[in-house]
Amino acid sequence: MAAAEHAAGPANSTEYITHHLTHLKVGEGFWSFHVDTIFMSVLLGIVTLGLFYTASRRATVGVPSKWQAFVEMVVEFIDTTVKEVFHLDRSFLAPLALTIFVWVFLMNAMDLLPLDLPGKVAALFGINYWRVVPTADANTTFAMSLTVLLVVLFYSFKAKGAGGYIHELFTAPFGSNPVLWIPNFVLNLVELLSKPVSLAMRLFGNMYAGELVFMLIALLGAGVFTLTVGSAFGFFGQVAMGAVWAIFHILIITLQAFIFMMLTVVYSAMATEHH
Amino acid sequence: MDINATLLGQMLVFGILIWFSWKFIWPPLTKAIEDRQKKIAEGLAAAERGQTELQSAHGEAQVIVNAARDQAKKIVDQAHKREVEIVDEARSTAMEEGKRIVDSSRQDAAQEKSRARDELRKDVASLAVAGASRLLQREIDPKAHADLIEQLAREIEGSVAMRSTRTPGRCSTCSPRTAASTTCPRSPLISTS
Repeated sequence: MAAAEHAAGPANSTEYITHHLTHLKVGEGFWSFHVDTIFMSVLLGIVTLGLFYTASRRATVGVPSKWQAFVEMVVEFIDTTVKEVFHLDRSFLAPLALTIFVWVFLMNAMDLLPLDLPGKVAALFGINYWRVVPTADANTTFAMSLTVLLVVLFYSFKAKGAGGYIHELFTAPFGSNPVLWIPNFVLNLVELLSKPVSLAMRLFGNMYAGELVFMLIALLGAGVFTLTVGSAFGFFGQVAMGAVWAIFHILIITLQAFIFMMLTVVYSAMATEHH
Repeated sequence: MDINATLLGQMLVFGILIWFSWKFIWPPLTKAIEDRQKKIAEGLAAAERGQTELQSAHGEAQVIVNAARDQAKKIVDQAHKREVEIVDEARSTAMEEGKRIVDSSRQDAAQEKSRARDELRKDVASLAVAGASRLLQREIDPKAHADLIEQLAREIEGSVAMRSTRTPGRCSTCSPRTAASTTCPRSPLISTS
């Protein structure tokens, strides 16, 4: 997080922040890809699921290893949470919730890496831009929330049938009078679409803001090498506030991962309920 | 917020992760957990069963111990009774036997006594006969027994006189030294005459 390390890089604060908020982008217009986001999320996905997969492969009924015990603890926690909310067969929703929780948690946790470290490492490979938190990229959060929307729609159709669901879209919540079909449908559409938007924006906003706060804190100590009293204060401010914000952020990243998972389960449960 | 094709890529990544987790991670883990829960439940049930079995076994053991104690007491009592019986029996037998022995020995002694008496009587008789014959042989020498014969004669004279004055049942001449010349009903030695 030490901006001082970056002394040779950007000329001023604006440039520093802008540099840190720029993705490594390939392509033009819509058909472009954020390589850093995709790379980091895939890497973290492989790491998390790989770790869980080793536990799952070596899962024994007898005395579990410490890692297996930990994984089972997470699995039990998520299974219990899902069971409390979702009352149908959860053989798909529970692993979905597990994926969301561990993956989002680890992607969020990248926020706790020293702010300039990933950029420096990337620079070693001749890469100028490298944003390390995939969930601070709206593409990731929207991708997830839209996938969740598909799951919610799947459960809606599964629970009510195509006819039943479409019927419900037009008749709930106001009633089955033909005059009310359009208002019903519009309201349901808004309700349906607000779900992925709120899911995605909540996670994205939290992570983006968290990242930005880390950058601002990092800038506090930027002038430490000028050896003035003010710069000394700034440096101590950076250390103290950086520590406080990082500790607070541990809570935020866990909470955001849990909220995303929980809301997914809740939306799925709501989709299976008849109005 | 720059939405672009990254979103599609991330959806694909997310989908693959969900699929992988759904197919390969979740089922074995939940199966292991459930199997272990079942195993623990079975273990607990077995432990409880063992506990109850232990308790009932304790009860049974107590019953058996009590029965054995009762029986042992009964046996000891019986043995005591038997002991007393045996002692009594032995005592009575011994007393009987002792009585029998005493009786038989008394009988023996009586027999022996009478036999000895008979024998003695026989001996005494023969002795008396022998002594008498000796005496009679010696009598041949009148000089040696002159005074004796004289005395005898005097005594006979006296006895005859006495017999005439006193009761005839009494014999004042009853003496071995004078027996040969007199008859005495109380002396077996010479009662034959």
